[in-house]
Amino acid sequence: MNIYADFLIIFILLINLIILSSSRIRVCIKLMAVQGVLVALTPFIIPHSVATEVVIASVLNIILKGMVFPWLLFRVLQDVNIRREVEPVGGYPFSLLLGVAFFVMSFWLDSYLVYSRSVFSNLAVPVAFSTFLTGVFIIVSRMKALTQIIGYLILENGIYFFGSILLGEQSLLVELAILLDVFVAVFVMGIAIFHINREFDHIDTHKLSELKDYVNPQEDV
Amino acid sequence: MIAILLITVPFLTGIISFYTHNDIVRRGMLIACACFHLGLSCVSWFWRPQELLCEWFAFDSISMVFLTITSILFLGASLYGVQYLADESKHNKGVGGPKKFFTQEAIFSGCLLMFLSTMTMVIASQQLALLWVGVEATTLASSPLIYFHRTRRSLEAMWKYLLICSVGIAIALLGILFLAVANNNQSGMLLSDLLVNAAALNVTWLKGAFLLLFVGYGTKMGIAPLHTWLPDAHSEAPSVVSALLSGALLNCAFLGILRIYQICVAAGLREFCQDIFILFGLLSILLAAVFILRQKDYKRMLAYSSVEHMGIMTLGLGLGGWAVFGSFVNMLGHSLTKAGLFFVAGNILSCFKTKKICDVRGLLNQGARRTGILWFAGFLLITGTPPSAIFLGKFMLLKEMISQGRYWISILFLGALGLIFKGMARIFISMTQGHPVEMSEERIFLAENSFFRWSVPMLFFILAISLGIYFPKWLMTSIEIITKGLGK
Repeated sequence: MNIYADFLIIFILLINLIILSSSRIRVCIKLMAVQGVLVALTPFIIPHSVATEVVIASVLNIILKGMVFPWLLFRVLQDVNIRREVEPVGGYPFSLLLGVAFFVMSFWLDSYLVYSRSVFSNLAVPVAFSTFLTGVFIIVSRMKALTQIIGYLILENGIYFFGSILLGEQSLLVELAILLDVFVAVFVMGIAIFHINREFDHIDTHKLSELKDYVNPQEDV
Repeated sequence: MIAILLITVPFLTGIISFYTHNDIVRRGMLIACACFHLGLSCVSWFWRPQELLCEWFAFDSISMVFLTITSILFLGASLYGVQYLADESKHNKGVGGPKKFFTQEAIFSGCLLMFLSTMTMVIASQQLALLWVGVEATTLASSPLIYFHRTRRSLEAMWKYLLICSVGIAIALLGILFLAVANNNQSGMLLSDLLVNAAALNVTWLKGAFLLLFVGYGTKMGIAPLHTWLPDAHSEAPSVVSALLSGALLNCAFLGILRIYQICVAAGLREFCQDIFILFGLLSILLAAVFILRQKDYKRMLAYSSVEHMGIMTLGLGLGGWAVFGSFVNMLGHSLTKAGLFFVAGNILSCFKTKKICDVRGLLNQGARRTGILWFAGFLLITGTPPSAIFLGKFMLLKEMISQGRYWISILFLGALGLIFKGMARIFISMTQGHPVEMSEERIFLAENSFFRWSVPMLFFILAISLGIYFPKWLMTSIEIITKGLGK
């Protein structure tokens, strides 16, 4: 049993690293979807706690993260007609190194925390943390608005993974409400990107810099 | 039952609003729903029946204060907003583009009602995970409101708001999970259970949960290093929306922080939290002072003033004792005054068609006299001139600082307030005094003679002043109950 669990966790970690080093947005979306599905499968690998509620939540998660979100993002991708991310802050090798650094940092963070119940694998919590950090880093360092949504979803994967490792069944209603929120968030962001693309003819967020406090006197806005 | 009604009725009305094509019916629905909300929240002061749907939604004394202020603000905003929409559509007749299925106005009022519903959900939630759901939902309901004008700048503001707040709130979700781990999965996430169980919570996890939730909800509230979305969103949104964002939404995020603080206090982590509150509260006030001093845009100036007041509220929470009371008084005063100021700013904007301070002159010396007087009165109230509730709040904070012997904090606090007063005085005086700018009679007429566009801010200012002079007994007792839980 444990070997499957470790496999799954390592897959999740590897996906983080590939996404960090890849410039093709299509690849990123696909990998993010795979990661979402893997994360949604975790409750079945943990020896105990497979209640009906957990199954329902997992199935919904798989549908949403494995099918609906990728479909939505591919739609947006088609509309905006881009393929690649522009060069991120620091470049790809640096991102990859940072991804490894996040993993190390997560182990360090993990060493401070005491768990009241046993975790099925020592790798689990550090991988959850590093997925979270990877998501945050992608949002901060990537320029295209679409990649930022991917970052947001990876961050969400990390949080969900953390929850499913350490907590058993939560109230189904609450979990559904959270999923609904995430769904609407991605939906609204997708619409926003559509509008940004139509209005500005690009979706590079570093060029969205009209609003600031001190305007250069020569510019005279 | 009341809580459920207060959440669902605005939500359903919002959905109906999307599909209503008649402008007058839709505007009527908006106002009717706002009146209903205010009426029901007044009723729940006297009569609080047992809640039906488990204990997830209920009102305690903290949420009653928040609920009332939100209801009052929303009613004011809907009256002002309906007038605003009527004026806009009268002015833009014939300019409008192709007819769409959802008109812009339908989306606007629908989202406005959903925004009210989600805010009520945040206020009524006794279950912390649901509270999180509510806070995220407020972001989603309000972001289309920011993009009402369909300009590039408002689009940029909306994107920043959506992304920064969503990420911030995702961090808060991690905090909620930390809290559940600290609770060892014992008793769910009900506030009352957590409070009873507080001593048994794991301290390390609870500290982590507090930090994550403070960062998360602090982003939404506009605490200093994470406030960056706030000036953009407030300056680009229509004034009605800015008033609601500033006066009601920021309070809701503050409530989120209050809830986790309640648990930390019960678990004996008071000092740990207080130091963080004081640090970030002071940072917000100082940062707001720096940005107000050289501000060139009057709506951004009001937004930074909101950052300042959020800082004051956080600082008050950190000081404890009377300062907690002070921060609640400040919150009430700020909500009323700032909403009023944003309404007046909306009037100025529709007169002058610019947000630049240097282009607005002589408000008091020309036809727009009423606007000028309100604008200047608002300045005096927001900076805490004596008869205002904000003065009362700030004074309580100062008293607590000095009686605790924290002189450095009081020096920084007073210094920053002085700078803010100086910066705002420059802006408000240059806008109200001086030679008037030429402008068409019709535009002045719009802002001056539309009844709700000046009476609503006036009413809010009067309320803010009367809270400073006479503090009603019932409000006093319910704030005292909160203070007893959090103070000392």
